[in-house]
Amino acid sequence: MKTFRIGGIHPKENKFSAGKQIQVAELPKQVVIPLSHYIGTPSEAVVKKGDVVKVGQLIGKANGFISANVHSSVSGKVNKIDVQLDATGYKRPAVYIDVEGDEWLETIDRSTEIKRECNLSKEEIVRKIQDAGIVGLGGATFPTHVKLSPPPGKKANILIINAVECESYLTCDHQLMLEKGEEILVGTTILMKALEVNRAVIGIESNKKDAIVHLQQLAKNFKGIEVEALKVRYPQGGEKQLIDAVVRRQVPSGRIPIEVGAVVQNVGTTYAVYEAVQKNKPMIERVMTITGKTAPNPGNYLVRLGTYLSSVVDQAGGVPEGTGKIVGGGPMMGRSLMNLNVPMAKGSSGVVFIKEEESIRKPVKNCIRCAKCVTVCPMGLEPFLLMNQSERNMWAEMEDNRTMDCIECGSCSYTCPSNRPLLDYIRFGKTTVGGIIRNRTAKK
Amino acid sequence: MDKLIISPAPHIHGGDSVSKNMTGVIIALVPALLVGLYFFGLGALVVTLTAVASCIFFEYLIQKFMLKGSSTVMDGSAALTGLLLALNLPSNIPVWMVVIGSLVAIGIGKMSFGGLGNNPFNPALIGRVFLLISFPVEMTTWPRPVPFSAAYLDAETAPTTLAMIKGHFGEIPSTLDLFIGNMGGSLGEISAVAILIGLVYLLVKKIITWHIPVSILATVFIFTGILNLVNPELYASPVVHLFSGGLMLGAVFMATDYVTSPMNPRGMLVYGIGIGIITVVIRTFGAYPEGVSFAILIMNAFTPLINTYIKPKRFGERVKI
Repeated sequence: MKTFRIGGIHPKENKFSAGKQIQVAELPKQVVIPLSHYIGTPSEAVVKKGDVVKVGQLIGKANGFISANVHSSVSGKVNKIDVQLDATGYKRPAVYIDVEGDEWLETIDRSTEIKRECNLSKEEIVRKIQDAGIVGLGGATFPTHVKLSPPPGKKANILIINAVECESYLTCDHQLMLEKGEEILVGTTILMKALEVNRAVIGIESNKKDAIVHLQQLAKNFKGIEVEALKVRYPQGGEKQLIDAVVRRQVPSGRIPIEVGAVVQNVGTTYAVYEAVQKNKPMIERVMTITGKTAPNPGNYLVRLGTYLSSVVDQAGGVPEGTGKIVGGGPMMGRSLMNLNVPMAKGSSGVVFIKEEESIRKPVKNCIRCAKCVTVCPMGLEPFLLMNQSERNMWAEMEDNRTMDCIECGSCSYTCPSNRPLLDYIRFGKTTVGGIIRNRTAKK
Repeated sequence: MDKLIISPAPHIHGGDSVSKNMTGVIIALVPALLVGLYFFGLGALVVTLTAVASCIFFEYLIQKFMLKGSSTVMDGSAALTGLLLALNLPSNIPVWMVVIGSLVAIGIGKMSFGGLGNNPFNPALIGRVFLLISFPVEMTTWPRPVPFSAAYLDAETAPTTLAMIKGHFGEIPSTLDLFIGNMGGSLGEISAVAILIGLVYLLVKKIITWHIPVSILATVFIFTGILNLVNPELYASPVVHLFSGGLMLGAVFMATDYVTSPMNPRGMLVYGIGIGIITVVIRTFGAYPEGVSFAILIMNAFTPLINTYIKPKRFGERVKI
């Protein structure tokens, strides 16, 4: 079975919510829809206090190319436009909407019937995706239309659908594949058309056998789509790792996937593309997993954008006793939340409750130079060295040792027998080195 | 719920720890220790217990009264150093020498640099080489293997295979005896099979990778093989070299010491090849019959240099489109 060639770990999978049917979360009383997502310029509000909006109506207009439209996920009245602390811990502009009824825009096709034909041109598809405000749903939330518009002179020859879901605990992509398999394949065909490629590979880790079998069965009716089972290994969902695993091409340092002819899209994004192009439905809701070892009712929920996480968690049985940490996203790369009074955003893939005893980091010991961090690093870096250099403010040396290649997967910190906070220091160093590089290029 | 812990990712840990790794190596050494106890009896028991106990004791004292840091004595590394030192000693060595060896290993070899993780040289080998240079007679008089022997200082002695090769005397033991360990030598180095069982355990438990032991053994095998082809009268066969002296113990347990070996596969191969070459050069052309300890210590000194100039294979380094 294929996998990426450098490093990697295998954390305990703990997929408690696997196979749990997607439940539609209750409509909240108020939503707070962030105008900014993690990557890109914040969008500009096009509604004001007192405006009445419908589900799917544009409320934030993209500001520049690397930015995405934002639509109302509910119908009701705009209460205010204000800042809101979001899951990243920063205050960001957001639109507060008081929910009244559930009235959708007439243009949106709400039927469950699968629409397979798509006669739109490449440009029309990309335009529709851009209008619908679709961003990468794997967590990085990079606007999808940007990825579908390769720089001049570059051309993709393969589309890879990222259905790896290598983070432990999370199951939202897995369940989506089981329930919306055909829609995902139609979405893949649409993306292939937009990229003008005739081959697509859906990469799924082998711990999701039912999804692999299901999609392989369905894929027989679609030209050019293969389903590839991959060995379970973290961080296979990393873009560069997945390309290496599927087509054995390594994206060189500082380059983007299109330079080796590949474009990667998340499976959730692919479903959103299907809905946007075939059903005229903008990005207003997504599936997220609520889980944890002590979670009373681990499950997958279809949640409207801007719903407070507390409201979803309450429906899933509330915060379990003895929870020490609540993580937004997966346990390897997610962010620990201060509280649940944050709105869910386009990139919110899940909420994971970590037990108190697992939340507290063990005391840090001397580095014993065991080199396990080097062995597991999927980018072939030396985490122990980068941490030492970061501690000593050796920025030039950090740059020479390729710190900017770090994908922040956390495999080093996870593995370290001395419990050293390797990634904390590397991340800090990366920020500084990144600033130095930007200054240098700006001066030139 | 009102007291949530906030920290950067990752939020889970694999559960590996320093003491788990140290305990793992100690478990891997058990077969070699058992063979030592079988062939050298009481002497092996006395030397092993003395070395382990005094290493732990000295580390405790230095930690408590000189370094005054948090205690690291329970992480298993002092016990491991003691065990490795014992396995590298002849079983008929007086107790007081073992104590001195332990003091040098822990005091000079490890704690003077700041404890575990900071020492440039393998502490157990520092202890052993100190004893070898200070007490050359006691350190090179090996007991004859007698199952369940009750002899200690009065044990009947026998030369090692390498001494026989060097001095061109005696009858070299059969390959089977070499493999099982029925020959004179330090108490933990004699049995190749026991050490190989330990190696398998270390590899399965992912405590070490194959690079260092395999590169050392392969280098020695190839180098001595060439010499043997050139002149079989003068140079012993590669199989004899592989299974005699401290080569197996050194390649599997001494050279793979985390702290003093390079930190990426390419560096490990360079380090292993270096140890192999130096070992053969000392064994065949040097004054000493055995050179594994010296070879490892010399390559320990090169480890920082190797780490600086030999980098791991970076992602995207070799692009195939």
